[in-house]
Amino acid sequence: MRNFTAIYQREIKSYFSSPIAYVVIGLFLALSGLFFYLIVSNFVQMCMRYDMQAQYYQMAPPKLNVNMMAIRPILHNMSLFALFFLPLVTMRLYSDEKRSGTIELLMTSPVTNLQAILGKFMAAAALFLVMLAGTFLFIIFLFFYGKPEVGPILTGYLGLFLLGLSYISFGVFFSTLTDNQIIAAVSTFVFILFFWAIGWVSGFVSQSLGELFSHFSLIEHFDDFAKGVLDTKHLIYYLSFIFMGLFLSFVSIESARWRGR
Amino acid sequence: MIDVQQVSRYFGDVIAVRDVSFHVEKGEIVGFLGPNAAGKTTTMRILTTYLPATSGTAKVAGFDVHENSMQVRRRIGYLPENPPLYQEMRVRDYLDFVAKIKGVAPVDRKKAIVDVMGKTAIDKVENRVIKTLSKGFKQRVGIAQALVHNPDVLILDEPTVGLDPNQIIEVRELIKSLAGNHTIILSTHILPEVSMTCQRVVIINKGSIVAQDSTDSLTKKHAGGRRFTVCTDAPFEAVREKLTAIPAVDRVEINREGHEYTTLVVESKDHDVRPEIARTIIENHWPLYEIKSEGVSLEDVFLDLTTSEEGAAS
Repeated sequence: MRNFTAIYQREIKSYFSSPIAYVVIGLFLALSGLFFYLIVSNFVQMCMRYDMQAQYYQMAPPKLNVNMMAIRPILHNMSLFALFFLPLVTMRLYSDEKRSGTIELLMTSPVTNLQAILGKFMAAAALFLVMLAGTFLFIIFLFFYGKPEVGPILTGYLGLFLLGLSYISFGVFFSTLTDNQIIAAVSTFVFILFFWAIGWVSGFVSQSLGELFSHFSLIEHFDDFAKGVLDTKHLIYYLSFIFMGLFLSFVSIESARWRGR
Repeated sequence: MIDVQQVSRYFGDVIAVRDVSFHVEKGEIVGFLGPNAAGKTTTMRILTTYLPATSGTAKVAGFDVHENSMQVRRRIGYLPENPPLYQEMRVRDYLDFVAKIKGVAPVDRKKAIVDVMGKTAIDKVENRVIKTLSKGFKQRVGIAQALVHNPDVLILDEPTVGLDPNQIIEVRELIKSLAGNHTIILSTHILPEVSMTCQRVVIINKGSIVAQDSTDSLTKKHAGGRRFTVCTDAPFEAVREKLTAIPAVDRVEINREGHEYTTLVVESKDHDVRPEIARTIIENHWPLYEIKSEGVSLEDVFLDLTTSEEGAAS
């Protein structure tokens, strides 16, 4: 536990003593904020239009669902932004140690690979949590002007967090493969994008194959979370995705040791 | 303290270390000597558990490097060829992190860090960011990192490489001062370094140990002949003819022919031929400026061993 904490703390410090954390958090919030503004103002305009129509026809104004019409699109947008930003957060975790030679310190200290991997994974996860916490402030605004349901917001954020952890776990894995940060980031991005898009092809192939593909898709599983549905099926999907990434990182580090790279 | 039995390591089909066996007693300083790519770093990496050996066993402080790698890791301090420094950290924070992952108890940590910074004379830069330090200081932070948990065994891979002469002397002094409390293995390709700091030397070439002994007895054993430098003023060919005529002399070579001095190197298997040389030169009425006996250096031993190995291999 002490080893895990030491590595976790070092990674956190390293994020915040370099510009990485500030740039990533800042730009993520700026981008999310911009889209929040666009989506919410669009929603407000729509509400006004419906109100005017209702007055014209002398009917009761229709109730528009802010959860469905505003929060869900925002969550979906953020899941895409996380895809851009998280590979940048994870790319240095192992690549940098390999490039600078500090990996030799890590691998000759009484720290197990599992402790090291988890320490690094959790540090990136903590940074992601800070990013999400920032966007939560936007959502709180909606409570001043409307009555959004709390449940779907919480499940949505849970889904977003799990989705992010899936990105991060494979980010760690790709970072163990190379001492080049750019390569680590790009491969993470492409790999995750592939698992995003795999659901889209389901319309073009036979039904059973399409169903299989959409089961593998990272974003299909997120949909239910955003709707407010908490299904163990999706929880298990994300948890096994995360486990897979961490497991592959472990295997990759061990095998690199045997190969002597 | 360190016991290595027939360790080999392959990288694919390439053999980096072949059947290496040696033993290091507690408190000894042992030098690993060998040309670049001889297998020094690989051997050290096996000892530090960084690399597993393909075959053979290595034990540090009674623990097998493979079976009980965590126990071994607790007892070694390792300075790789490039000091493993987190460039963006401050010296003190860095040592604190290393102390944590090396398992120094929280109550002892502060004292351990202060001690080690004093020993390696880096207390003045404790709040500097590592990347702003000079090469010499970085190297010392590297040594401090290896020492912070007060390990039984210190493994230093080329600890003086890239330092200026003053810093080299400082680092050597530091290493010598650590002997006794720690068992030290250091690798180098600089010969005087070994004779200055180490009690014992292991010479590695092309992955195999070609010799291991104390530095003194190695030079004795591999003396191979004695050499004398003679400085006189006479035509080279004439001097050579006369000197080669001395029965015990094997070879005469010119070192330098100037218009005032002629310097020759005379080699003999096992005789001190200085009196004969002197007599010959005086009898021929040449001026004799100097006769010097050249001690056999570790350098000769090294060249002898590594080049003869090469001859045998080809």
